[in-house]
Amino acid sequence: MKQRLLPLYVISIYAFLHLPLLILCAFSFNSSRFTIWEGFSLVWYKAMWNDGALAEATWNSLLIAAVSTVLATVVGTLGAYGLWKKNSKFLSGSMYLSLVTPEIITGIALLATFQWAFRFFHLQLGMHTVILAHVTFSIAYVLLVVMARLRTADPALEEAALDLGATEWQAFRLVTLPMLKPGIAAAALLAFTVSFDDYVITSLVAGVDSETLPMMLYAMARRGANPVVSAISTVIFVGLGILIVASERLQKT
Amino acid sequence: MMRLRTLFLLPAWAFTLLLFLGPMLIIVVYSLQTKGVYGGVVEPWTLENYTRLLDPLYGVILLRSFVMAGASTIGCIVLAFPLALYIARSGTRKTLLLNLVMLPFWTSFLVRTYAWMFLLRDTGLLNSALLALGIISEPLPLLYNDWAVIVGLVYGYLPFAVLPLYSNLERLDKSLLEAAADLGAKPWETMLHVVLPLTAPGMRAAGVLVFIPCLGAYLTPDLLGGGKSMMIGNLVQNQFTTARDWPFGSALSLALMAIVMLLLWALLRRDGEEML
Repeated sequence: MKQRLLPLYVISIYAFLHLPLLILCAFSFNSSRFTIWEGFSLVWYKAMWNDGALAEATWNSLLIAAVSTVLATVVGTLGAYGLWKKNSKFLSGSMYLSLVTPEIITGIALLATFQWAFRFFHLQLGMHTVILAHVTFSIAYVLLVVMARLRTADPALEEAALDLGATEWQAFRLVTLPMLKPGIAAAALLAFTVSFDDYVITSLVAGVDSETLPMMLYAMARRGANPVVSAISTVIFVGLGILIVASERLQKT
Repeated sequence: MMRLRTLFLLPAWAFTLLLFLGPMLIIVVYSLQTKGVYGGVVEPWTLENYTRLLDPLYGVILLRSFVMAGASTIGCIVLAFPLALYIARSGTRKTLLLNLVMLPFWTSFLVRTYAWMFLLRDTGLLNSALLALGIISEPLPLLYNDWAVIVGLVYGYLPFAVLPLYSNLERLDKSLLEAAADLGAKPWETMLHVVLPLTAPGMRAAGVLVFIPCLGAYLTPDLLGGGKSMMIGNLVQNQFTTARDWPFGSALSLALMAIVMLLLWALLRRDGEEML
């Protein structure tokens, strides 16, 4: 009897995981504002497309995610390589700690720091503070992914390169870095998604000119039922899906 | 000349010191000061913010956070265990099944939480369906209560329970199960006396990995609890925004951090560092 119950149980767990999101997507094509199916329509996508504030927030999110992904990937990859060569329990410990720190604490701590720093610099909260915050929390993810890749690497390869007269930089650039490419790509993808999705930290360190897409989604969700939110969610799924498939392809070639 | 490896570590060091450890230190300093008239942080130095943590007014919220995080953790482990067992035994489809567990994780947490608002609200799908079928005549209050928050947390952190349980069950020595069966144990006896004790490390890891984010949750209680189901995270946010009491908010944050670190330390001490 257990043999038949277990698959049934497993199917229901997968349904629990996926149905809420699939239903959300399905109803974004509903012509009615209410949750009763009245017919296929793209009216909410049109509303989304014509919303200027939404376009601006999306642009802000993409810009922030792109810049912080590049910075976090470079800093994190170099850091991972450094840690691989010379273990620093203090640095890796801080990194792991930053991964488990509740977002709300990271957010208020950064807010307090920025406010404190503004006493000495003539600056305000804005795009730059959001980017700094995003780079900081993304570095830990990049480090984690690249370190995992480095653990499978053979240190003897670099030693051979050094014996054959390569400089430390050449050994890194020509031996280790090419081997790390798939790990770096995976890390960058992760950094991009965590940056693009973040609401809690962003909302605390954002200024008037830096409203992001998640901040706007949050405000819309708070206000009540809004099929436009479902439409945006669907677009985000599809966008991220394309990004993930594309990066898998890139990693294979 | 500076070695390359040291040079490479510098940027990561700078970010960690200036934007993680530094901010934490500022929070420590703030937690020992007094709230200013206009919301700033001023002297004198005091421990009052910490004694206020024991005030029953806040104690209720702390206690509720523990109960909610505990219930969600149990929920996650109960749901995840049979799933992890099934995946560990499913041969070539393992990767596919695991990826299917991780898939919702790539979507924003906000969207996943909104999906539950969409299902549970008064005019949401569940209520609309039940009304249309004539099972109920008035919408059920499914959203904005503790249960909605627990469902949201279980939904959000289920993969954190599946992965450690899976890797534990995957490494389980199959010959032990055969031995138990050969010695006459019924399947449920093998499960109870062999499999469950051997997966204790996986359970502990799953428990800590789910409990930590649940305890510090902010978005889920905010959106699905609708202010009626406040947890520590919401209280912290409140102190830094509406209440403008940064010193007390800092003390609260540090108390939460202390619990997180204590839990991690206990887990690592017991089950070793190979989990990192």
